[in-house]
Parts: sequence; C-alpha cells; structure tokens
Amino acid sequence: MNIIWLSLIIISFIFAAINGRMEEVVNAMLKTSQSAVMVAFSLIGIMAFWLGIVKIAQKSGLIDLFSKAIDPVMKIIFKDTKKNSQAYSNIALNFSANALGLANAATPFGIKAMQDLQKENPNDKKVATNAMCTLLAMNTAGFQLVPASVLAILIASGATNAAEIILPTLIVTSISFVSAILISKILERVF
Amino acid sequence: MKEVLNTISVWILPVIICVILLHGLYKKIPLYETFCDGAKEGFWVAVKILPYLVAIMVAVSMFRASGALEFLYEIFKTPLEALKIPSDTLALMITRSLSGSATLGIFSDIVNTHGADSYAAKLAAVITGSSETTFYVIAVYFGAVGITKLRHALLTGVLADMVGIVCAVIVSRFFFYS
Repeated sequence: MNIIWLSLIIISFIFAAINGRMEEVVNAMLKTSQSAVMVAFSLIGIMAFWLGIVKIAQKSGLIDLFSKAIDPVMKIIFKDTKKNSQAYSNIALNFSANALGLANAATPFGIKAMQDLQKENPNDKKVATNAMCTLLAMNTAGFQLVPASVLAILIASGATNAAEIILPTLIVTSISFVSAILISKILERVF
Repeated sequence: MKEVLNTISVWILPVIICVILLHGLYKKIPLYETFCDGAKEGFWVAVKILPYLVAIMVAVSMFRASGALEFLYEIFKTPLEALKIPSDTLALMITRSLSGSATLGIFSDIVNTHGADSYAAKLAAVITGSSETTFYVIAVYFGAVGITKLRHALLTGVLADMVGIVCAVIVSRFFFYS
C-alpha cells in the first residue's frame, strides 16, 4: 500500500504539471480531506446503533448459536479461523445485508466481523490474515440482488424498462463475487 | 420478483432486531445498558477509520483532478471502439474501483447523453450495479482494525473488478446489443 499510495500522489503531481492543473489538484486535496471527515462521521450513528444491537446478541449467546449453525459452510471459505468463530455470524449478516442492498447495516456487521477476525490474528496486528482478505474480497465484489441506486437513476431518466438490467447485473455480480473469493484463495499462497 | 425482494428488504431488519431483543430478554440480559455499552464503540470506530479514509480519498481525488485518467482514456479508446464498446463507458470502468460518488456521476452523464434506453446506458448500468468501490471498502474495513499491510487484498479487489467488467461487456452484448 505504501508504494501504491505514493504512486497515486506523485503521478497526480506529474500529470497536473503536464496538464497545467496543479490548482485543481491542490483544491481536490484540501476539499476531499474535509469530505472524508464527513463520510467517517456520517457512519457514527448507524454504527453505534448496530454495534449496540450486536452487543446484546453477543451477550445473550445468539451470535454463538448462529455461528455454530453456519460453521460447516463458513469453514469451507474461511479455513484459518477458529471453530464456531463469532466472526461467522457477523460475516453472514454482512453478506445478507449487502445482498439485500442495505449498505448502512452491512458496514457495521462487516467491521464487527473484521474486529472478531483481528482478535484471532496470531501474527502482527498490522498484517491482514487470509480470512480478512477473503472477507474484504466478498465486500469489494459488491454482491447485491437488486442494484437500487442504478435503477433509481435509470427510472428518473425515463427508461422504458429499467428492470431488464436486474438479471444481467445479477449474473455479472455473482461471477465477480465467486471469482473474488477464488482469486483471494489463490493469491493468499503467493503473498 | 422485485416486489418480493423489496418486501424482504423492508422487513428483514425489524425481524432481526426483534429476534435479538426478545432472545436477550429471555436470557435476562440488561437490554438498555448492554445496547449503550455496545453503541459507545460506534464513535471510536468512526474515529479509527478517519485517517485511512482521508489518506485514500485524498490520493484518489488528486489522481482524478490531475487528468491522469484522461491519459489512460486516450490509450484504451481505439482498441475499445474496435470491440464496439462505447468509449464513454471506459471512464466508468477506470473509475469504478476508485470512487463511488464519481462512478454514479459518470453513470448519470452517460444516461443523460445517450438516453436511458441506449446500449451505452445499459452497459454502464450493469458495470455500476455489479461492483463496489474497492479503495473505499479497504479504507473502511481495514482501517477499523488498523491493518496497514494489505497483502493480496487490493490486487484481489482490482482483479475481481476486471473480471466483472469483462463479464459485464459480454453479458450486456448478449442481452442488449442489437
């Protein structure tokens, strides 16, 4: 990430110099750092709510119960986690919320799952484990049953049959979801 | 199909919340105190994510503002047109992994210039709807637990996005191209 981050910034300055857009780049830098704060802070409320609910489920033992139930499936995808790991429940909830297009609920579950996986991380806590990378791959692939925001834009622009994009989108997102997990499984042997 | 999914989407959260609360009540958990105890973490999670989000969002927005994307665009334009892929969708393909809001903006542009029923709009819809913003997801999920050594996570996300784009082109050609 060090090299990628540095490259993004250096390349930006080089292109800005060539294209005479240094002012735009500096403005983008100042403005975006502010909007990043807004994005992070807009997560606080929903995060607090779900973490509160999840805490109750954790204390009452519901999370353990659920994790035990889905252990066989999860064991296939997340090999290096503990048996009946608490992370399983939160991973399943993260996936379900994503699939239903509830991005607001998916993020807190996903973060909770990452925290659970971090607790099991036997190595340096700064280094991602295989399970963390797989969970991340599941999320970057962005599997969802109905792409609500895309549909909304199409309908607002007067599409005659906006719903016809649902099936093709579902096919594509399913393929990239499965390949994301497979690619992560293959690459984890290399890195 | 769509109505059924919408109904599920609306009802799933209330059902989950009720199951969790009633199970907690049955197990005699102090609900209110436990909720507040858990909710306290919400603020700190957001604070923990913040530096990672600033780092990634700023770098990506500088990259976009510098015009470096236009350079990539010029390189790929001719081969894509030879494959009968509308060149406007190229900007979308390049931006998809980098920025969510920029992706939605470009998608709206394509729909407005080509019309909502055009092939370009449908291909753009499939590309936009079938993926998530890789850089943002990495910042939020890994930032929340302080991971800075990503190993293969970024490469996986970008490769999967590429697989998605190739599939989107093939599937859209099959469904929509006339």
